[in-house]
Formats: sequence, C-alpha cells, structure tokens
Amino acid sequence: MGALGQPTLRVEDIAFHFDVSPSWFDRTVLRKPERTLKAVDGLSFAIPRGTTFSIVGESGCGKSTLARLVVGLYQPTRGSLSFATGSGSDGSVRTQMIFQDPYASLNPRWRVGDIIAEPIRHLGLRRAGGETDMRVRELLEIVGLSWRDAARYPHEFSGGQRQRISIARALSAEPEFLICDEPTSALDVSVQAQILNLLKDLQRELGLTYLFISHNLAAVRHVSDRVAVMYLGRIVEEAATDDLFERPKHPYTRFLLDTVPDLERPNRDRVPAVVDLPSPIDPPTGCSYHPRCMLATELCRTTVPEPQLLEATYVRCHHAEP
Amino acid sequence: MNAAFAPNEPPLDPPVLSIRDLRVEFPTRRGVLTAIRGVSLTIRRGEILGVVGESGAGKSLTGAAVIGLLEPPGRIAGGEIHVSGKRIDSLPRRQLMALRGKTIGAIFQDPLTSLNPLLTVGDQLVETIRCHLPLSRTEAARRAIDLLNEVGIPSPELRVGQYPHQFSGGMRQRVVIALALAAEPELVVADEPTTALDVSIQAQITGLLKRICRERGTAIMLVTHDMGVIAETADRVAVMYAGRIVEIGPVEDLIKRPQHPYTRGLIGSIPSLAARHERLAQIDGAMPRLNSMPAGCAFNPRCEIADARCRSDLPKLLPSGRGSVACWKLALAEAVEAA
Ligand SMILES: Nc1ncnc2c1ncn2[C@@H]1O[C@H](COP(=O)(O)OP(=O)(O)OP(=O)(O)O)[C@@H](O)[C@H]1O
Ligand SMILES: Nc1ncnc2c1ncn2[C@@H]1O[C@H](COP(=O)(O)OP(=O)(O)OP(=O)(O)O)[C@@H](O)[C@H]1O
Ligand SMILES: [Mg+2]
Ligand SMILES: [Mg+2]
Repeated sequence: MGALGQPTLRVEDIAFHFDVSPSWFDRTVLRKPERTLKAVDGLSFAIPRGTTFSIVGESGCGKSTLARLVVGLYQPTRGSLSFATGSGSDGSVRTQMIFQDPYASLNPRWRVGDIIAEPIRHLGLRRAGGETDMRVRELLEIVGLSWRDAARYPHEFSGGQRQRISIARALSAEPEFLICDEPTSALDVSVQAQILNLLKDLQRELGLTYLFISHNLAAVRHVSDRVAVMYLGRIVEEAATDDLFERPKHPYTRFLLDTVPDLERPNRDRVPAVVDLPSPIDPPTGCSYHPRCMLATELCRTTVPEPQLLEATYVRCHHAEP
Repeated sequence: MNAAFAPNEPPLDPPVLSIRDLRVEFPTRRGVLTAIRGVSLTIRRGEILGVVGESGAGKSLTGAAVIGLLEPPGRIAGGEIHVSGKRIDSLPRRQLMALRGKTIGAIFQDPLTSLNPLLTVGDQLVETIRCHLPLSRTEAARRAIDLLNEVGIPSPELRVGQYPHQFSGGMRQRVVIALALAAEPELVVADEPTTALDVSIQAQITGLLKRICRERGTAIMLVTHDMGVIAETADRVAVMYAGRIVEIGPVEDLIKRPQHPYTRGLIGSIPSLAARHERLAQIDGAMPRLNSMPAGCAFNPRCEIADARCRSDLPKLLPSGRGSVACWKLALAEAVEAA
C-alpha cells in the first residue's frame, strides 16, 4: 500500500492523564489528596494513507482513550497529532468514529433512519431529501439490515444490530479516516466476516484509512497492515502484521498470542495465569510489564526500556532478541 | 414436542433451568412480531450451556425471559420456564425480583445499562451483597473488594471508590460480572460476558465461571459469539437462528462435526489466527426479518442444499448423533440410513 505523501495521521509523544483524586475510599481510609491516571503515556506512530493500523492490548490499557484523543474528544496532556489534508470542514481528513459502546452512542429518541441521515444532512452530502433516503437505505443494506429498519428505534434492536447501525452511521459521513473501537465485538462470526470484508472493500475502492482497535486478534490479523501492542498506556511492540504474528518479540505479545483459544485444540483445562494485574493508577517501576514477565531482571525493575528497532519491529524490552 | 431434551440427557437430578417451548412476542402497531418461536432447553447443575447464533437470533431475549427482564411491550406469549423445579414465568413481578440476584444472577450484554452512574462501584456492590447475604457493611465492603479482585480488577481497594464512567469498557463488564456473582446464585445467565475483554482477562473470567460451576454446582447459560470461548468453556452448545434452536449438542461434536448448514457456515466464517486470507468466508444474505419469515425452514433462503420441502415445512429439532438438529436434509438422511 502506498505510503505516498503525508500519512493520514501522525502522532507524536501523545499523553493523556485523568485526574482520579478523592473518592469514597480515599476519604475514609487513605486520605490521599491527589492521583493521576496515565491512561495514555507517550505514544508515537504514523498511519499512511489507505492502510489499517491496529491497536491491541489488555482491557484498560488506554485504547479507547487514544481513540478519543484522535477524534478530538479529549485534548492531549502532552504531545501532538497531525492530520493529512482532506475534505473535512477544517481542511484535514474527514474523520468518523465507531464507538465501543454502540447503544450509548445512538440517540434513543431518534429513529434509525434519522440517526444515519444526520451526518448526510449536516455535511450536505446529498442535495435532495429523496437522495438522502436512498443513501440511508443503501447503507442499511450494506451492513446487513433492511431499509424497513429505518423507521424503528435503537432499543428495538439486538446488540449486534445496534453495532451495525453505528457502523452505518459512521459510513454515512463518507469519512476518509475511520476510527473503529471494537467495531465487531458484538457481532457473531458470520456478520463479523461480512463487516470486515466490507471494510476491506471500502479501503480498496475508496482508499480509506483505518485505526482499528480490537481484542479479537484473528480479526486484527485479517484487516491490518501494521499492529501496535499497548501495555499500560505505552506501545510495547509495533510491526507489520505478519512480522508481529509470526515473529513476536515482546514477551507480552507472545503471551497474548498464546492465550488465544484454539478451536482445533481447545485448552479446556487452561489454568488462567492469575496475574497481579498492574494498575495504571499505580504503575510498576521500570518496565511496566516486569511483574508478569518471565525474563525480568534487575534492569527491568529499575529502568524503562526505550523503543528499539529490531529487524523491522519496534520493541520496548531490555531482553528482546531477534 | 420436547425432543430437544429427551434422548441426550440422562435423567439425573432435575435441571436447574428448564425452558419449554418458549415464545416471546412484541405487539406493535404493524402487527405482532414473534421473536422467539418455540425454544426448549435445559441446563443441569454444574453445566455450562453455550448459546451462539446470528446477531438478532433471539439469544438475549431468551436470557431476558429467564431473568424476567423482558422490556415491555415484549412479553412471554407461550411456554414455561422452570428454575430448580419452580415455575417462574408466571410469578408476579415482586417475587421474580427477589429470585433475581439470589437464585439467578444476570450478566447483561450492555454493561452500562446495568450499572448506576450515580453510585460508586463499591456502593453498588455493597448494596447488592447486603440485599442478599446477612453481612455487615464492613464485611460487605471487604467482600466487594474480594469480588473485584476475583474478576481481575487491579487495585480494587482504590477502584471501589470510583464511578462507572471512570472504568474502561472491559472493566465495567467485569464489575457487572462481580455484581451477578455477589449472592452466589444457582443459575447465572451471562449475555456476552467477555465481549469487551482481551484474551487474558477473558481467560480469567471463563476460568472463574468454570470454577463456580465446578465448586458450587452453578448452572450457567453462556451467550457468546466467540467460538473460542465456547470451545474452552461450554459443555453443550445451542445454536439459534431466527428465534429457534437449529442445533444443540456436545461442544466437541458441534465444533468438529457441525450438522446444520447454518452451523457449518458459522464455524466456517471464523477468522483464524494462523492463516491470512484475502477474504473471510461469509454466509451471504441476512437473517429474515421478524415480520417476513419465509415459510418452512427460516434458513432456506440462504441455504445451498434447500429443496421444496425446506421451503414449505418447518423442520423439528430431532435427535441426530449425540445432539439434535432441525434440518430436513439431515433428518431425511438419517431416516434413509436407518432403513
Ligand atoms: N473518565 C475517566 N475518568 C477516570 N479514569 C478513566 C476515565 N476513562 C477511562 N479511565 C481509565 O483510563 C484507563 C484506560 O481506559 P480506556 O477506556 O482507554 O481502556 P481500553 O484500553 O479502551 O480498555 P477496554 O479494552 O476495556 O475498553 C483505565 O484504567 C480507565 O479506568
Ligand atoms: N423492543 C423490541 N421491539 C421489537 N423487536 C425487538 C425488540 N427487542 C428485540 N427485538 C428483536 O428481537 C430479535 C432478537 O433480539 P435479541 O436481542 O434476542 O438478539 P440476539 O440473538 O441477542 O442478537 P445479538 O447477538 O446481536 O445480541 C431481533 O431481531 C430484534 O430486532
Ligand atoms: Mg475501550
Ligand atoms: Mg444479544
């Protein structure tokens, strides 16, 4: 895929900290005055036009926070974001987001048809009302719903159907850059396959760029050009998709890949590693993965590893080997 | 009629959950929509039944009917639901509320709707625990922290003081799981409990479910579309399509030797981690809408082997192998083989 010209998005050392100060427990027991939670703590990457960049990582590692930074719902505590020029209202690429929680992002009092038509009307993408209706029908059918669903309200749909409504809504704005936060998490595998194939087709036909966030490693492998693995607010490994899946370098990436259930040989007696999950409120010193890492040494406990280039992979680990 | 639970299950103790010919309807201005069209299943003590199927097939509604949380105008229009031998679908709302939480724990698909945004997570847990167990506030608070720890929330003693919006998507889902397990119920209805979770926490949650199942004999209805989770967790699996069960059977059989054409398509569209293909296999077309169900088998418009009979008569769920399948082509094949 051509990395011609400016990347659609370039992120430089971006960080976002939440203030999570006094609370019930703090008041009664700890009496600690202030606390910050470093949800995103210094990320840098670039997404070339027409490619898919995926983020994977444990729940709570900061993926949705990053997505919200990218669409401008949060202002970064530090660092910068730069977008390529495009047809958006401010002259940069037109960006849309598919939210992780489909229900919370759909206005319950609007009919589905109006929800999907809203961006079309707002951006003036179709001249006549009739054309807008046609486009809404088309979008509903693209995501596997029916044009008759336009008259219904979000609560009348199942979880996966709602997720498809939010996908249709995001597509209706004709974005050049689409941020997908768990876009298929509520979908059964056959509908998921339809949506993933659709995203790929749109990319091929219209050159869309995607930032794709998902727990589903098989889906990530299928759609991505590059993949970044996040751990506690930082990227610990970033590589081209095949490199990452075939030659993972960071111990955490290896652990993730080993934990994916295998349909052929399901591990029914799996004893999940009862790990002491690190807390972003109180992150470990040094490499934040060290309490769970088999390779950890004194160096890991004291010094934060800087990203290094190993073969074609960026990895943050003192002990990464080719 | 109740072929689904006759032959494959030895008559041990009465099942914890038994659903017989359940029908769920939505009266609308445009007529009555029937979303669940005769579902029968049972779950025994210590058993995990996986429920999979197309988005919109009726998995969540079946679960909601069991918990007694169908949202009006939705209503149970037929059939019976028994929990530990007691009929619950005809109970008045108040009694049902009492059962919920104590006897039946519910984990919803949408974690935000089951958490109160105005209460801290700790307060919600303490409230639920004290409502069902005779514990003091301090004991309940300690139990709350233990529960959060069990579901893998780091620094639980700090997290109890936070509000739901301060948690990530997956953390909220784990709080809902902790709430559902708080009163040690006999039956847990878990609707997509691991969708928002990454593989390691997912393994931790399914490990937890398996453990309470083994140690306390809890029966679990596990709705999920993650076949990997099913393969590692469920004992039996029910596959739903358009408001019915089209196939039910032991998990190994269902994954290795799916029988119904829909189940085969479903298993075939799972993306694999190992290989990379240009396109994923998909079942073309979409599930029929509730108000335009085709005659005969609901899957026939998308089925490659459908014939005239599939387009006119509704196949029943009949025993086949160690499970049961609702497909004319298979039932016929069996009958021919037997003759
Ligand atoms: N509004 C908020 N106030 C305080 N803390 C927050 C807020 N939103 C998120 N956090 C915290 O920031 C961290 C990262 O959250 P984020 O939602 O980005 O995680 P995530 O990687 O998307 O996880 P998941 O996979 O579970 O959705 C978590 O520890 C979370 O508790
Ligand atoms: N309030 C309602 N009014 C009308 N139809 C409804 C209502 N709630 C649900 N339905 C319909 O009932 C059907 C079954 O919904 P259900 O939520 O049980 O699906 P599901 O199998 O859980 O799907 P998913 O995997 O997408 O969550 C869907 O077609 C849905 O559109
Ligand atoms: Mg998230
Ligand atoms: Mg559902």
